[in-house]
Amino acid sequence: MSDVKKFCYLNRKAPYGTVYAWESLEVVLIGAAFDQDCSLVFADDGVYQLMKGSDTTGLGIKNFSPTYSALGDYDIKKIYVEKESLEERGLSLDDLQHLVWEDEDEDYAEKDSIMVVTKDELAQILEEQDVVLSF
Amino acid sequence: MSTISVNGKELEVDEEGYLTNLNDWVPEVATYMAKDEGTELSESHWEVINFLREYYEEYQIAPAVRVLTKAIGKKLGKDKGNSKYLYELFPYGPGKQACKYAGLPKPTGCV
Repeated sequence: MSDVKKFCYLNRKAPYGTVYAWESLEVVLIGAAFDQDCSLVFADDGVYQLMKGSDTTGLGIKNFSPTYSALGDYDIKKIYVEKESLEERGLSLDDLQHLVWEDEDEDYAEKDSIMVVTKDELAQILEEQDVVLSF
Repeated sequence: MSTISVNGKELEVDEEGYLTNLNDWVPEVATYMAKDEGTELSESHWEVINFLREYYEEYQIAPAVRVLTKAIGKKLGKDKGNSKYLYELFPYGPGKQACKYAGLPKPTGCV
């Protein structure tokens, strides 16, 4: 396609207190059908969206944490997590789900989708986008 | 609110015929819905329906058609992972129709 745009979905809120995280995820899944260059960013409390082992039983709402694992199927291969946001919350990459995408050209080899980037690197990434959707 | 009658139970469905409660699903729901649309479910239909239910169980979403096609190809073989095969089984759209039979919500982004 000739006019592929760089779309970035910026997520900055914790997953289950508000509807933002789920709304963002739905938009990402819908948008992925349009063959754009998509990336996701998780910063501030948004990093909690990718945490392992979420359990919403006590909240009485749907647990959509497993849905992040489907992003690879939707060809979302670039998921940036801000390093400073993780550190400020006492978290590391090990606390997050292991998200991968499968490279069809390499016999479905699994490749990591999550990249931890610094605040400065993130600023650069956002600078390069055509569209940034903030949630 | 509409209902369908399966195994002597009244099950709630929405205005497009999708089950309101995921947990109401039993295989007879699929058989009933297919019959209602003039289709007899074959082994091949069940492969797709069961696949969708497993996908939902794991990821909590009904996959988009493109994703479904690719994933079916990987699991059941390339000869089944193409739109022609899936549309022959589910002429109203593999996402829409198969998800309905499987008791899942309409795929995200499906109109």
